[in-house]
Amino acid sequence: MTSLEIKQGAGVLQPNAVQERRQAAARRKRWFYLVLMGVALLAPLAVYPVFLMKLLCFALFACAFNLLLGYAGLLSFGHAAFLASGGYVTGYLLSTYSGLGTELGILAGTLASTALGLVFGLLAIRRQGIYFAMITLALAQLVFFIFVQAPFTGGENGLQGVPRGHLFGVFDLNNNLTLYYVVLAVFVFGFAVIQRTIHSPYGQVLKAIRENEPRAISLGYNVEAHKLLAFVISAALTGLAGATKTVVFQLASLTDAHWHMSGEVILMTLLGGVGTVFGPLVGAGIVVTLQSYLSNGPLGEWVHVILGLIFVICVLLFRVGIVGWVLKLARRNF
Amino acid sequence: MKVFQKTACAMLASSLIAGAAQAQISDDEIRIGYLADMSGTYRDLSGPGGLEALKMAVEDFGGQVNGKKIVVFSADDLNKPDVGANTVRQWVDERNVDMVTGMVASSVVLAASKVVEQSGKLALISGAAASSLTNEYCSPNHIHWTYDSYALANGTAKSVLASGGKNWFILTADYAFGHAMEKDITKVVQSDGGKVVGTVRHPFPSSDFSSYILQAQGSGADVIAFANAGADTVNSLMTASQFGVAQSGQKLAGMVVFLNDIHAMGLDVTQGLMLTTGWYWDMNDESRAWAQRYYKRVGKMPGMVPAGIYSATTNYLNAIKATGSDEAQAVRTQMMATPVNDMFAKNGKIRADGRMVHDMYLAQVKTPAESKGEWDLYKIVSTIPGDEAYRPLSESACKLLPKG
Repeated sequence: MTSLEIKQGAGVLQPNAVQERRQAAARRKRWFYLVLMGVALLAPLAVYPVFLMKLLCFALFACAFNLLLGYAGLLSFGHAAFLASGGYVTGYLLSTYSGLGTELGILAGTLASTALGLVFGLLAIRRQGIYFAMITLALAQLVFFIFVQAPFTGGENGLQGVPRGHLFGVFDLNNNLTLYYVVLAVFVFGFAVIQRTIHSPYGQVLKAIRENEPRAISLGYNVEAHKLLAFVISAALTGLAGATKTVVFQLASLTDAHWHMSGEVILMTLLGGVGTVFGPLVGAGIVVTLQSYLSNGPLGEWVHVILGLIFVICVLLFRVGIVGWVLKLARRNF
Repeated sequence: MKVFQKTACAMLASSLIAGAAQAQISDDEIRIGYLADMSGTYRDLSGPGGLEALKMAVEDFGGQVNGKKIVVFSADDLNKPDVGANTVRQWVDERNVDMVTGMVASSVVLAASKVVEQSGKLALISGAAASSLTNEYCSPNHIHWTYDSYALANGTAKSVLASGGKNWFILTADYAFGHAMEKDITKVVQSDGGKVVGTVRHPFPSSDFSSYILQAQGSGADVIAFANAGADTVNSLMTASQFGVAQSGQKLAGMVVFLNDIHAMGLDVTQGLMLTTGWYWDMNDESRAWAQRYYKRVGKMPGMVPAGIYSATTNYLNAIKATGSDEAQAVRTQMMATPVNDMFAKNGKIRADGRMVHDMYLAQVKTPAESKGEWDLYKIVSTIPGDEAYRPLSESACKLLPKG
C-alpha cells in the first residue's frame, strides 16, 4: 500500500521539480553556512576570544572524532594521545626554536599526530568493536606515560610559556583577535576536509563499511585500507586541534593526554549527535561552555555531576543526540 | 554590542592609562584574584580558608583603599596548570585583575605566573613551596611570601641530621615542587656529611603509597624524607605508620607539614615530629589575636599559608595606599622598600629576586600529654633567622640579580 503511494507521489513530481527541490535545498544550505560564517566572524566582538578559540579547538577535535565514530563506525578511546602529541610537539618546537614560524610549529605537531595515528591505526584496526577501543586506550596510556616521564614535556608542570609568535612572520598572534581569526581559519579548513571526506565516494564506502562490513568486503573493497585512512585523517585533524590549542593557551599539559580527554570527546560527539555534520560542534559547544561557566560559579564542584546528568538524559531521551533529534523533528514536520 | 562597547572603552582607557602617568588605580577598582585548590589534595592547607583570610585583609581596609573599592574574585585551579593559567588569563583579559594571590600547587603557580609576567600584573605567592620560583623561574612580577622548599629543607633536614641520621631516602611528588624540594634536601644532606641513598617519585596526587613506602623501608636508609605536601603527606605518613616504619628504627621527616596535616593525623601518630614552619598561631599576642578572628570565621586554626595570604594582601594594600597606584612595578617597588611588620613576620624584607625573607621556626609536634587543646600542637624549638633560612642571593640563579 505504502509503496503504491510513494510510486504515485513520485509520478506526480516532474523530473525538473525534483531538481528544483534539490537546488532549493542547496540554496538553503549555502545561506545557512553563510549565516554561520557571519556569526563566527562577528562573535569575538561580543564574547571573550580565548573562550571562543577554546571552543573552536574542541569543536575541531570532536568533528575529527566524529569522522571516525559517526562515519566509519570505529570507537577510538585513545584520541587524547593525538591531541596531546600535536600540542606537545608544537609547544616544544615553538619554545625551543624561537625563529620558527607559528604555522610551521602547528604543521609539525599535526604531522607528528598523523604519524602516531598511522602506528595506532595499523595496530588497532585488526580488531573490531570493544577490542578496537581497548587497544586504542592501551596505546594512548602508553603515550600518556611517555609524556609523564619524557624530560621535554615538563611532566606534571606541563610545557609553559609557549610563545604564540608570528604567522608567516607578519601577523602578531599575541593579539587575541588576530589569533582568533587564524584559529577560525584552521577550524574552517579542518571542517572542510571532513566535509569533503564524508561527501566523497570514499566517504560513501566508509558508510557502507559502517553499515555492513562483510558486504563491503564482498563487494571488493579493501576495508582495512579504508578504515586506516579514516583513522589517520581523524588523528591528523585531532593533532591540528591540539597544536592550535597549545598556541592559544601557550601551554601543553597532561590534561590533554589523560584518558579523561578521550572520554570527553566521546561525550561531546554523542551529546551533539554522532554521524551528523554539526552534532560534534554543538556537543563541544555545550560541554566547553558548561565547564567554563560552571567552574567559575558556585556550582564549580558539580560540573562533572551536571555533565553526567545531561549525558544520562541525552542517552535516555534523545539517543541520536541533540542535532540528530532536531533533524528528526525537522524531517517529520516539514 | 554593549559588551563590545565596554571592551572598546576599556581598551581605549587602558591605552590612555599606559600613555599617561602610572600613578592611579586602573578601572577605579583594586581587583584581586584568589587562585587555589578548592576541592582536591591541597584544599585544606589553603582553599576556602585562604580566601577567608584574604577577605579579612580586605575588610580590615574597610573594603577600599583611598576611596577605591577592592573587588575579590576566586577560582578553583583543580591543581591543573592549564586550568590555573587559563583562569588567570581570563581574569587579566576580561576583568583586568591587578593582583593574584593564593597560588598553591607549584606546577599551577609556574604556569599562572608566566601569564602574570606577560600581562605585567603582580602575583603574591603564598601556598607554593618550590624554591625555583625565586631561583631559575624568578620574575619581576611575583613575590614569594610564606615559605619555600629551601627554607624547609634547611630547617628540618639540618635538625634531623644533627640528631644523627646520615643515610637518607627521599619520597618525592613528581612535579615542580617535589623536584625543587628533592634538590634542596639533597644539598643540605650532602653539605652536612650525609648521603642520599635513594629516591622515588610518585605521581601527583596519589592515594596509594604502599609500594613507595616498602621501597623506602627496604632501602636501608636511616631517614625517610617526604618531599610532598597536603593530603599526599598525610597519606604517605599514615601508610608509613601502618607499616611500622618508625618502630623498625627508621626516622620519618615530613618536609612540608602544615598545621592542618598534624591536626588531621592526630598527635598519637605525629608526636615528636620535627618540622619547619613560617608561622604558628600560638607565638605571640598578635598572632593569637588574629588566629582567634580566623577561627571564628572558618572553624579551624590557621596554618602558615592563610596567615601568609593575609599578611601579603595587607602589605600589598598598604603599598597601594602609599603610592596611590595599583600598577604592578610601582607597588612592588614600594613593597620592597617597606619592611614587613605584622602578625605574620617581624622585619621581613622582600629581596630583588622576589623572596620575602623572614624568620622561620623549627617546631616539634607535642605529645598528647603536653597538648592542652585541640589546636595546641607545636612547641617552637628554635628560631631560624631569615638570612640563614633562605637561599643566599650569592647562590641564586635569578635573572633579576646583577651578574658577577
